[in-house]
Amino acid sequence: MTTIFDLSLLAFEPPGWGKVLLVGFLRSIELAAGGYLLGILIGIFGATGKLYGNKVVRDLLEIYTMVIRAVPELVLMLLFYYVGTDLLSRASTAMGFGSVNIDGLTAGILVIGLVQGGYATEVIRGAILAIPRGQIEAAHAFGMPPSKVLRRVTLPAMTPHALPGMANLWMIATKDTALLAVIGFSELTLVTRQAAGATQSYIMFFLAAGVLYLALTLVSNLALRRFERYARRGLVSAR
Amino acid sequence: MANEPAIEIRDLRKRFGSLEVLKGISLTAGQGDIVAIIGGSGSGKSTLLRCINLLERPTSGEVAIQGETYRMRASRHGDLEIADRRQVQRIRAHLGMVFQNFNLWPHRTVLENVIEVPIHVLGMKRDEAVHRAEKLLDRVGLGSKQSMYPGFMSGGQQQRAAIARVLAVDPLAMLFDEPTSALDPELVGEVLSVIRDLAAEQRTMMLVTHEMAFARDVASHVVFLREGVIEEQGPPEQIFGDPRSPHLKQFISSVA
Ligand SMILES: Nc1ncnc2c1ncn2[C@@H]1O[C@H](COP(=O)(O)OP(=O)(O)OP(=O)(O)O)[C@@H](O)[C@H]1O
Ligand SMILES: [Mg+2]
Repeated sequence: MTTIFDLSLLAFEPPGWGKVLLVGFLRSIELAAGGYLLGILIGIFGATGKLYGNKVVRDLLEIYTMVIRAVPELVLMLLFYYVGTDLLSRASTAMGFGSVNIDGLTAGILVIGLVQGGYATEVIRGAILAIPRGQIEAAHAFGMPPSKVLRRVTLPAMTPHALPGMANLWMIATKDTALLAVIGFSELTLVTRQAAGATQSYIMFFLAAGVLYLALTLVSNLALRRFERYARRGLVSAR
Repeated sequence: MANEPAIEIRDLRKRFGSLEVLKGISLTAGQGDIVAIIGGSGSGKSTLLRCINLLERPTSGEVAIQGETYRMRASRHGDLEIADRRQVQRIRAHLGMVFQNFNLWPHRTVLENVIEVPIHVLGMKRDEAVHRAEKLLDRVGLGSKQSMYPGFMSGGQQQRAAIARVLAVDPLAMLFDEPTSALDPELVGEVLSVIRDLAAEQRTMMLVTHEMAFARDVASHVVFLREGVIEEQGPPEQIFGDPRSPHLKQFISSVA
């Protein structure tokens, strides 16, 4: 029994694996946060492109969101990772910079961000459509330039409508980081597997990892709820 | 400059697909004129008003504000399109529109709604914008409500806030599209009395309304629109006291 729940194995200093787990956990958070923010950016551009862009832009974005939502995430990530790094190093060799090695964190953020962006585009597009059209029209009627209308009216007004969907996307982002273990990122799931393999304490380490993921979710939920309250400050809830 | 009409509309046509909604409208509002536009539902009143600030692009014809004609060009889908976006933005910044459904920005407080355009479109300093907004809110009777979000106020209060938002840009002309139609009957009076106040200051206005008694009272000129044409126009005493067209007679007796 002591081998299954030997808590000293979670100690911060070696031979404990606590520090390794925590570093992996932080790595997961970095990946998730970076990918999520990138996804929001892509989502804003994607949604406005889909709503206000010309035919070419709209068609390209349609293909992007379709592919993202149709193909399993793991496949997408492998594809983006291998094709992306390959293309990048080819491009840089062709331009005479020699081969580059994009670091793992950047690559991981790009991969997660591209996947998140596809879903975020749809969430934000729907949220913009939910804004009563008169609010945007009023801004135009006062001569506000379109870029300002987007920043000062459309985006803040769509935020409460986008939040439930975007909160889900954050939860998915945190868990998608685990998929990157397949490519060899030392995020929480990979280091947990290493720790478990080395010590044979599978149950304990995977429970520990589970607790960490859960803690992240609980804290995120609190933050999201606060933000939702702020974003809905002017809305009368019909409950 | 001072003699230029505030709003001049020349042979304006607008079609939605195969439906021709405005069939050649020419109409002028001089400085300080208060033009009331009346007519049945679907006669094109809102469309006419929305062509003045180009929320709706005309199919043909011209609109000039203070003597400056919008630069438009033909587009592929039949209507005119804006040829000079900056010109349109500059003119719009001085045309205030009051909407039937208020269209305040719900994520901003009443005060923030009123200072938004002065600061972010006209480039006014924040202190000055706030100072002016406070005065305007006092004037429309919302001095104590400035930090409320519009969604939590009555329709009458929201519409008065929307009027303050328009006054904050010191408009060359104010466009009202049925400003009291979305209000409970007991709230209509408070909004009308604010508009009546503005009318007394000789502010140029174009006002679409179903409140005939009000139109008769404040308008300097009344326009009866029917099926996309101006069927009759004139001073209120004539339009309401001695209507010529049978349709106008019928319209007046049906709403009175
Ligand atoms: N965006 C649009 N697309 C197609 N048809 C439209 C559009 N806007 C207005 N119409 C049509 O144009 C006609 C005139 O509409 P408009 O809103 O100008 O009438 P109105 O005189 O303001 O009526 P009401 O008193 O009901 O507000 C109506 O038949 C309406 O259905
Ligand atoms: Mg109308």
